[in-house]
Amino acid sequence: MYNRCALKPLVAAVAATLCLAAALLAQQSALPYTVVTRDARRPLAARTMNGQEMFALDDLARLFNLSVREDAAAGGLTIGAGNQTILLSTQQPLASIQGRMTSLPAAPARDGRTWFVPVDFVSRVLAPVSPTKIDLRKPSRLLLVGDVRMPRVAARVESLGTQSRVTLDVAPPTPHTVTQDGGRLVVRFDADALDAADLRANTTTDLVQNVRPGETPQTVVIDLGPRVATFRATDQPGAAGATRILIDLVPQTDAPTPTPTPTPTPVPVPPQPDTPPLLDIPPAGGLRTIVIDPGHGGEDIGAKGAQGTLEKTITLSVARRLKAAIESRLGTRVLLTRDGDQAVGLDQRAALANNNKADLFISLHANASVRPSVGGAEVFYLGLEGYGEAARLAAQTPRDALPVLGGGTRDIEIIPWELAQARYIDQSGAFARAIEGTLRERVPMSARAIQQAPFRVLVGANMPAVLVELGFLTNPQQEQRLLADDHQNALAQALVEAIVRYRGGAGGTR
Amino acid sequence: MNRTLALRAGVVVFAAIAAWALFFGLPRLYSSRKEASVAAAATPAAAPAGAAVRKITATLFYVSEDGLTLTPAQREVAFSPNVAAQARAILEAQLAPAAPLVSAVPAETKLRDVFVTERGDAFVDLSGDVVTKHSGGSLDEILTVYTLVNALTVNLPAIGRVQILIDGKEVDTLAGHVDLRHPLAKSVEWIPRPETDQQR
Repeated sequence: MYNRCALKPLVAAVAATLCLAAALLAQQSALPYTVVTRDARRPLAARTMNGQEMFALDDLARLFNLSVREDAAAGGLTIGAGNQTILLSTQQPLASIQGRMTSLPAAPARDGRTWFVPVDFVSRVLAPVSPTKIDLRKPSRLLLVGDVRMPRVAARVESLGTQSRVTLDVAPPTPHTVTQDGGRLVVRFDADALDAADLRANTTTDLVQNVRPGETPQTVVIDLGPRVATFRATDQPGAAGATRILIDLVPQTDAPTPTPTPTPTPVPVPPQPDTPPLLDIPPAGGLRTIVIDPGHGGEDIGAKGAQGTLEKTITLSVARRLKAAIESRLGTRVLLTRDGDQAVGLDQRAALANNNKADLFISLHANASVRPSVGGAEVFYLGLEGYGEAARLAAQTPRDALPVLGGGTRDIEIIPWELAQARYIDQSGAFARAIEGTLRERVPMSARAIQQAPFRVLVGANMPAVLVELGFLTNPQQEQRLLADDHQNALAQALVEAIVRYRGGAGGTR
Repeated sequence: MNRTLALRAGVVVFAAIAAWALFFGLPRLYSSRKEASVAAAATPAAAPAGAAVRKITATLFYVSEDGLTLTPAQREVAFSPNVAAQARAILEAQLAPAAPLVSAVPAETKLRDVFVTERGDAFVDLSGDVVTKHSGGSLDEILTVYTLVNALTVNLPAIGRVQILIDGKEVDTLAGHVDLRHPLAKSVEWIPRPETDQQR
């Protein structure tokens, strides 16, 4: 007895050492991905370099039949995929696909003679040019190639009085059947396989002993306890276009359940619409990261009120309130382009949003006019009229000055970054209208409350982006209001409300 | 022997003089004539007070009463057959004080130079006052930029786009908002049309 007790710390120590060793190893080689095609599965090695998961470019070249040529002089890799050419910068996290620039989370890294690219290279660069469908599923470490029907399935088990309920979330919705097979239920999906790596019962009840992937790749098995009398399966639309399958298990009659009705369709326990989705999929219009940009800062004071109120101070103060409001109400990650009184370049502001894959970019400003009577809040989004023509012209013009990859003297057409925002104009407009609507409920608005303009801070943003002018500092009344706590809170609340409305509405198109 | 040497030297000296005349003398003579003719062409524009000077009616832009848009105003400006000189004359009229009208371009701003490319892009080089004396508001910045862009593109069909330079250099923005890295085309969005204005 004494000996066994003494062994415990030893075992724990060994386990801890092993864990540590495993963690150290993970720095080098991450868990492999599985490449799934309709008829085969094979592993694809991944490794972690500088905190980024990377694939060896050679592995991808074999898998997708790519040609890779390195041009050390120009600092790039030329990748041929079918009849398409991808230029991959080796210094910057950028790739150009037929002249269209795409950002990557990290630049390629080299180890010996092998180049490694971030795993997102597959989804962001290869998938768009590939004639076959490529679907990178990072959470389940799967890379689906071709037309593979492989819905994701997650499960939850809960006890509802004497009954038990198994909830299965399936994305995308897939036809299925639920059949009882002795002491278990088999849920069979009309798919090639299931993405059910994490499928397990979170808890067990006396009616549900386990939930697990079945023997064939299209099935999920629910192991039942001995007292199960019958079951009812109902489908509900889940979040983000997923299907939710509710399987209620009813125990044998010695329990005080009301006499079972002959029609099994009505569900005795009302569905709980508020239960969060089990799958970690970005729901339609779901927002993971929002970047708030307090305008100006440092030497750039921005506009100035008659009483000396500085735009840079107001924008930072409202930005902090907005960050707190979003975090507490939506639980979304919020990043500020500056959290102090420092100068930040206009490019850096959009770059922070791009690098963090923000879903929304909100630039906060306070306005000024040569006419002190002008007042009210305004919402801007990027206007391409006139300016966009220039950008498009520039995009069509071959630029000799750019480094030419591939060892030749070919001219490359590179679409400037402004086209990043051009793709989101409609969504930015929808978001701007949402903000205009919620601001109008709380604060005075300008006669031109919603406008488009060629604003420098918005053009590079690779997500819906707006610039909000909170009010006019040159209007003495508004200068007073903009300084007031309650007014700043009202502005922040209006913006949170607009995010909620946008997320619930037009955001679904993203 | 001496004679041949002298003859050869003579030939060399003659060749040198001929070469200088051909490559330096003639072009200099030619260019000075051309400069004189350009100066003659530019003179009428530079002397607006002259009674015999031809004038054109140009549309200039000022901040509207409500401060939200640009109001067009007609002004007589000296005529010039040269696009760059005409552009300069229009901009100088635009920059001149015009009380009671309020210009979106700060009063202290001076026009340093105007260039027009063959593609019809005008480069308007302004003194740094347009930045330092600016209110800093995005609305004013839009109005400042489109005052200048529209003053040229509305009046001169030969000019399609305008890029603003400050003290001879390209700039990102005037006050942190409007993208000035590229030439901008005319925008009528900031000039209310009578019929839409009434509807508002």
